[in-house]
Amino acid sequence: MRHTTLNARRLLCPLPVIRTQDKIKTLDTGDVLTVECTDPGVMHDIPAWCRVNGHTVLETRTENGEYIVVVAVG
Amino acid sequence: MSQSRKAVALISGGLDSMLAAKTIMDQGIHVEGINFFTGFCVEGHTHAIRKQDSDKVKRNNALWVAEQLGIKLHIIDIIDEYKQVLLNPKHGYGANLNPCLDCKIFMVNKAKQWMQQNDFDFIITGEVVGQRPMSQRKMTMPIVAAESGADDLLVRPLSAQNLPATLPEREGWITRAKLFGFSGRSRKPQMTLASQLGFTDYAQPAGGCCFLTDASYSKKLVDLWQARGKRDYELDDVMLLKVGRHIRPSKNFKLIIAREDGEAQFMSGYKKQFISMNCASHRGPLVLIDGAPDENDLQLAARITARYGQGRDAEQVDVTIRDHNGNERNTTVKPLHGDDIPETWFV
Ligand code: SF4
Repeated sequence: MRHTTLNARRLLCPLPVIRTQDKIKTLDTGDVLTVECTDPGVMHDIPAWCRVNGHTVLETRTENGEYIVVVAVG
Repeated sequence: MSQSRKAVALISGGLDSMLAAKTIMDQGIHVEGINFFTGFCVEGHTHAIRKQDSDKVKRNNALWVAEQLGIKLHIIDIIDEYKQVLLNPKHGYGANLNPCLDCKIFMVNKAKQWMQQNDFDFIITGEVVGQRPMSQRKMTMPIVAAESGADDLLVRPLSAQNLPATLPEREGWITRAKLFGFSGRSRKPQMTLASQLGFTDYAQPAGGCCFLTDASYSKKLVDLWQARGKRDYELDDVMLLKVGRHIRPSKNFKLIIAREDGEAQFMSGYKKQFISMNCASHRGPLVLIDGAPDENDLQLAARITARYGQGRDAEQVDVTIRDHNGNERNTTVKPLHGDDIPETWFV
């Protein structure tokens, strides 16, 4: 299992979702991806994208004004 | 038989593409959605940027539709490729800078490429004959099918009975009799179908799907091209045209003035790319200066900046001018009176 981080700061939705999607294509089932964002819209959109595409959101949190979404690849 | 067939549906987030996809799913076809991001899409950005919109639901309608339908959604970044569509549309523009027909052809062509790469069998769109004045007329339907290269693999379930039978219909993958014959501008048939299918909540289609249908946005884009002497843009341009008040005193520079805190916060991310200003002695908005202003221009920009702060009626206002490297200096100016800003400066 790999743990990878994706910097999606300063991107507005849906770009963080697109970058997440493109990154996940390079990962394997069970890998964990942490996405770091500045657009609060990701707290809604990345989990929605994960739900429809079969991935699991392990955690969403705000940290120093940034929005962090942790995804387990399905 | 039909269980093994797969279709890719263009999902815009509106009602028509949702109904079209559902109609085909109900015939036992495996459907996945595809959604294209041109950079000009309305949803998301303005809500994300503007604080005053923060009570609105920040949902992405295409994702929401996919969730309602229970299908996968693939969101494709076409920002760079879309430039050619917008800058050189073979079929011209609609009422504003919206190249709808070329845009449709381009997106269906991209969907066709995706279909081939992913081993899918046909394409679905929510187009309805006569629904839109430019891109959805009876005569444009075959143009989209032919010029996209999708030909008879392009199924429009909501209007199929008004159009020649497609390959999936002729081959019996789907049943033509279970498709629809909607036409014209009325939304009633779609709304009736939505309620029959149990959809009560859906995005209203008013206003089109992108900023290019918006007159004031299109005007700002034309202004940008004229000022730069070339028709081109980057994603940052596209984003910044969505925010702030734009004032152009002369060809070589314009001011982008934040209208509220959310915009100021968003614009502050651009301080390294632009000269920026704000009032130092009074409260006032963040202002970005686009272009190549000289010192006189900066003084004028400072007076305009002061005009939009709380010191607008003061005799003198201190304004901080910041260069791209963050070096700051203050200048003291008399705020420009509102009447002294000619109408023609407002982009
Ligand atoms: S409104 Fe915009 S996204 Fe929709 S078809 Fe026209 S140009 Fe394309």
